[in-house]
Amino acid sequence: MAEADVALKALDEKEMLRLYHEMVLIRRLEEESARLYQQGKIGGFLHLYIGQEAVASGLLSVRRPEDRVITAYRDHGVAIASGIEAKYVVAELLGKATGSAKGRGGSMHLADVDLNFWGGHAIVGAHLPLAAGMAMADKYRGDSGVTICMFGDGATNIGYFHEALNLSMVWDLPVLWVCENNQYGMGTSVERASAVEEIRQKAEGYQMPNSRVNGMNVLEVRSAAEETLGYVRENGTPYFLEVITYRYQGHSIGDPERYRERDEVDQWREDDPIGIFRAHLMDAGNFTADELKQEEELVDREVEEAVEFAESSPDPPPEALFEDIYAEE
Amino acid sequence: MAEITMREAISQALWEEMERDERVFIMGEEVGLWGGTYAVTRGFYDHFGAERVRDTPIAEGVIVGAANGAAMAGLRPVAELMTINFAFLAMDQIVNGSAKLRAMFGGQFTVPIVIRAVGGGGRQLGSTHSQTPDVVFAHFPGMKVIAPATPYDAKGLLKAAIRTEDPVMFIEHATMYQTKGEVPEGDYLEPIGVSKVQREGTDVTIVTYSKGLQLSLQAAEQLAADGIEAQIIDLRSLRPLDLGPAIESLKRTNRAVVVEEGWRSYGVGAEVASRLYEQAFDYFDAPVKRVAQVEVPLPYNRELEQMALPQVGDIVKAVQEVL
Repeated sequence: MAEADVALKALDEKEMLRLYHEMVLIRRLEEESARLYQQGKIGGFLHLYIGQEAVASGLLSVRRPEDRVITAYRDHGVAIASGIEAKYVVAELLGKATGSAKGRGGSMHLADVDLNFWGGHAIVGAHLPLAAGMAMADKYRGDSGVTICMFGDGATNIGYFHEALNLSMVWDLPVLWVCENNQYGMGTSVERASAVEEIRQKAEGYQMPNSRVNGMNVLEVRSAAEETLGYVRENGTPYFLEVITYRYQGHSIGDPERYRERDEVDQWREDDPIGIFRAHLMDAGNFTADELKQEEELVDREVEEAVEFAESSPDPPPEALFEDIYAEE
Repeated sequence: MAEITMREAISQALWEEMERDERVFIMGEEVGLWGGTYAVTRGFYDHFGAERVRDTPIAEGVIVGAANGAAMAGLRPVAELMTINFAFLAMDQIVNGSAKLRAMFGGQFTVPIVIRAVGGGGRQLGSTHSQTPDVVFAHFPGMKVIAPATPYDAKGLLKAAIRTEDPVMFIEHATMYQTKGEVPEGDYLEPIGVSKVQREGTDVTIVTYSKGLQLSLQAAEQLAADGIEAQIIDLRSLRPLDLGPAIESLKRTNRAVVVEEGWRSYGVGAEVASRLYEQAFDYFDAPVKRVAQVEVPLPYNRELEQMALPQVGDIVKAVQEVL
C-alpha cells in the first residue's frame, strides 16, 4: 500500500473525487444496463465491467488526448473512462440514433474517435493488429500519441496476440499492451487455457519489457500506467502491462434481485475496487462519508438522465439501413 | 501511348501514388529489400525507404490488421498478400475488419485500405497456391473488389483504389504480369464499379473479367473466322457489379456466356446469370452458359491442371451451344 499512498498524496482532491465519481458511474451504469437488459430493452450480448472499474479508470486517468484507446467487447467502462458521456453509451445500448455508433454497433462496439476511443471490438484478439497499425500511423507521421490497447487474458492465446506483439517489437511501435487478467476466458480459467499462468511471461518471448499490477486498486493502476505510458512515450517502443483483476461475483445480468438489494455503496465488498478506493479516501482523511455520498447521488442523477435521454431518443430511421457502409459510391 | 506489361502498369500506379501522397505506403512480405515476389515493387525500397516500403513478418493476420488500423488512423496502406490463398489467414481482418469497421461504428471513420493479392491457377503450384476465390471476397458488403484484365485498367483502377475512402481488394492474376497493353504515361483514373466493352459484336454476349478476358478474346477470334461476332464485356470489378453494358449487349444478341476461372458453384457466372434473368429475361433466346473451373482442388500435374482450368475451346463450345 505504500506505493499507493504516495500516489494518493500526489493527487489533488479534485482528481480523486473525479476518479471516484467515474468508477461509481461505471458501476451504476452497468447495474442499470443489467436492469434494462432484463426489461428486454437491450438486445444481443451484454458484457459487464463490474469489478474491473479500477483498470479503465486508473489506466486512462493519465492518458493524454493524443493517446489512442482501443479495447475488446467488455467496453462500457473503457468508453466512460475515455470520456464518452453516459447518455451516448446508454443510447447505443438501446440501439438509438443518438448512440455513439448511431445504433449500428451495440454494446460491444462503443466508440468515439473524436475522443480517440477506437472501440469496442468483438472478435477476440482482432483489435490487437489494429492497435499496431494505429501506433504505426502515429509514428509514421511523427505524432506524439501512443496507443493503449486493452484485452482480456483469453485473447493472449490467439494468433493475433502473438503476431501483433511481435510486429510491435520488430517495428518499434509505441503501444502499451494492457492485459486485463480477470482469471477467466468465458468459463475457462487461465490455468486451463494458457500454458503460462503469469500472462506477462508471454511478453518475455518477444523481449518486451513487462510488469504486473494489482488491478483492484485504482491508485496502483494509475501509478503503473504513469510509469509504463511514460516508458512507451519516451522510447517509442512497446510495453506489456498485466493487470490482475476479476469479475465481481453476484452481478451477472441474470441476477436482478441481487441488484435491488445492493443499492448502497456501503454494501460493496472490501475487495471490490470501489470499496477499496472508498475506504482509502476516508482513511486518508480527505473525505467524509457524506461527501462521498453526495458524489454518489450526483452519479445516480447522471445515470437517470442518461437513461431518460436514451429512452426518449428516436430509433434510427429506415433509410439509415444503407448509410455509412461505403464512404463513396 | 507506350506498350507496357501488367507488372509495369501496376508498378507505375503504385509509384505515382506514393509520389503524389505521403500517406500512401506499402507493407507486406518481401515487398522491400526483395523487391516484391512478382517484382512489382522493385526499386521502391531504395527510392522511398524502409518507412514507406515495409517488409513484414510472414503473418497475414497482422499484415491486413495493422493496415486496417493504419487506414483508420488516416494513412493509405497498400497491403500486399503474396498470394490470394494466404488471404484466408487474414480472412477475419478482411471480412470482420475492412468490410465492417466503418458501418459498425456509425461511419465515424473510413478504412481506405488496398489489399493487393495475386490469384489464379495454371502454374503447377498445387491446390493451395492456385485458387481463384475472387467471389468469396465479393460476397461481403463493405468491400470493393477489383480484378483488372488489361494493363490500362490495372493502372487506372489501382490508382482509383488507392484514392477511394473505401476498402478495396485488388486481385491480380499470377499468369498475366507479362501481358502487354497500351498505357498512357502519367495520371489517369478508371472508375471503380463500371464494366467495359472490350470487343464489339452482335451475335453473342460474353461476360467475363481478369484472365477470362484473355481467353474470351482468343475465343472470339476463332469464332470470327466462322462469322460469329462476340461482344465481350469486362466486369473489371465484382463489387460493385455493373451489368448495365451486359444487359444492353444482351438486348441485341439475345445470348450470353459467362467466363470465369473460379469454380462454377456460387460463382460469378451464377450471380451474373441470375441478374440477367431477373432484369432481362424476355430478351433471352437460349439459357446462359457458364464456363468455369472443374470442381476439383487443382492438381499439380500439368495436363490435369489444364484440364480443370477453363480453356479457349470451352468458350468456343459454349458460344456454339447458345447460338
